[in-house]
Amino acid sequence: MELLGLYNYWVFAVLLMVGFYAVIARPNMIKKLLGLSIFQAAVFLLYITMDKVEGGTAPIIQKGVVDAIYSNPLPQVLILTAIVVGISTTALGLALVVRIYEAYGTIEEDETQQLDMQQSDSHK
Amino acid sequence: MSLVQQLPALQVAVPLLTAPLVILLRGPALAWAAASAASAMAFAIAIALTATVLSQGAISYDMGGWPAPYGITLNIDALSALVLLLVTGASAVTLLCGRASLGQAMDPGRQHLFFAAWLIVLAGLSGIAITGDAFNVFVFMEISSLATYVLIAAGSDRRALTATFKYLIMGTIGATFYLIGVGLVYMMTGTLNFADMEVRIADVTDHRPILVAAGFITVGLALKAAVFPLHIWLPGAYTYAPHMVTAFLAACSTKVAIYILLRFDFLVFQGNFDVHAVRFVTFLAPLALLGILVGSAVAMVQGHLKRLLAFSSVAQVGYILLGASFASAAGLTASIAHMFNHALAKGALFLAVAAIATRVAGLRLDDIAGIARRMPFTAAAMALAGASLVGIPGTAGFVSKWLLLQAAFEQGAFGIMSAVVVVASSLAAVYYVWRIVEAMYFGTPASGETATADSAVAEAPWPLLAGLWLVALSNIYFGLVPSLPITLSETAAIELLRNMP
Repeated sequence: MELLGLYNYWVFAVLLMVGFYAVIARPNMIKKLLGLSIFQAAVFLLYITMDKVEGGTAPIIQKGVVDAIYSNPLPQVLILTAIVVGISTTALGLALVVRIYEAYGTIEEDETQQLDMQQSDSHK
Repeated sequence: MSLVQQLPALQVAVPLLTAPLVILLRGPALAWAAASAASAMAFAIAIALTATVLSQGAISYDMGGWPAPYGITLNIDALSALVLLLVTGASAVTLLCGRASLGQAMDPGRQHLFFAAWLIVLAGLSGIAITGDAFNVFVFMEISSLATYVLIAAGSDRRALTATFKYLIMGTIGATFYLIGVGLVYMMTGTLNFADMEVRIADVTDHRPILVAAGFITVGLALKAAVFPLHIWLPGAYTYAPHMVTAFLAACSTKVAIYILLRFDFLVFQGNFDVHAVRFVTFLAPLALLGILVGSAVAMVQGHLKRLLAFSSVAQVGYILLGASFASAAGLTASIAHMFNHALAKGALFLAVAAIATRVAGLRLDDIAGIARRMPFTAAAMALAGASLVGIPGTAGFVSKWLLLQAAFEQGAFGIMSAVVVVASSLAAVYYVWRIVEAMYFGTPASGETATADSAVAEAPWPLLAGLWLVALSNIYFGLVPSLPITLSETAAIELLRNMP
């Protein structure tokens, strides 16, 4: 297969790494969650790409149409589930960030870590 | 069809459907009663299923009556029966006995939400153990993980929030890696059913995507299982979670991830790659050994009781993986038996921590100094469970460590090296368990505490104490009569090794 024919897979790999980098490199928790969402969206793209059948159409049976080529509907259904999971994760993560902000007054991970260290020092 | 035939479906359905009911009940006592009843019922179902597996062999159940490769199949063999027993047993005991421990940490108006989340975790974890469909595993994994984050964030310390956030990020990355792996396998084979995958990968000519999938799945699940060096979410999550949540999760959550890891690597991939066993071993064995060493070493210097036990869990995950990475019948038997025995020991230890926390403010080793004089039963049970963690003969921990050493000596030079590591780590365990025992029995309370504080500390509430002793005594029981875990582990090991040359 030629390199450009795998265009979608290239986008998948790049998006995956962009998201992953944001999760690792950013101390800001909202940005981490954004990175996580990009990371998951990349996987959605992988699934949606793999179900494409060349020349295939939407998998809906119509009257009078025989021998139509359909795209595979199963990965789409699977990824619908994964999208729901992704939304729940983001929602839960954001709710946590709100509570972290209430408790610490910051959403920068390095600053919360510093506050935690001070707290455990004062306990000693 | 009789109800007995529907037990595999009920195993997941009972806790999952009771969860919304618990939210509607609202009152903390009612919600607790309903959640405990559902959890006890799930435990009873798991016992019934295990009895069936032991007498008649593996159970297969077609969900909704759809036949195998099209519908979702529920499969219960010896390995899943053992994991089911762990998950439901840990949930039933902690939920029935741990209410007193929760009462302090949480406002009664919110407890029904907590119990609902608990049941969802239970449903998710037992779902993973029971299902025969790779994508279904992902869904159950995320169901249980999301609810687990809620449970951990319910801890009273604000550090519970940052610990949960870390766990959420790492857990989601792990689950997404697993999803990528399953996607690649599906792309090449067109199936999501474990049994079907095992057969169809053989027809795939281009092995590279499957190889990549194996990598993604192994790393993703290793993250969920807290395999060293992917364990960094674990100490914080265990330390700051409410005590009964820690007891529940420490007993089973990492083991469920290891269960899926074994299932994928030994059943799906093993038969289809020539060198898979070698790759699996060279990847996981060093991590297992390092995990054992680092986990034990860090546990030795911890001053906080829960953090100490959490690092000991990192080492124990190492033992379980080490047994698996011998890729022999003896090694796998030891590994699976250790899942069971470690759950008993660590479950009892964290229940004891919960019992102590009902009476004492802090959980640093200084805070529990001299506690044995005021809480003799709790301290004795904790010492007993600690003995099992170390592996003193006569306790459950000894049985699986002995099996592990025996398996190691079959392996030549690498085995001898692992045996040395296991022994060294056991000595470290002697040290850190002794530090706890010493503080409890021989420590003198800090001078700041007055006589009034002394008289305020009494024995833990009786339900908690009863649950604690039940688990502590089962450590002794399974140390003297280990036939149940050993039979299940041996059957599971033979099943897992059926694709090995």
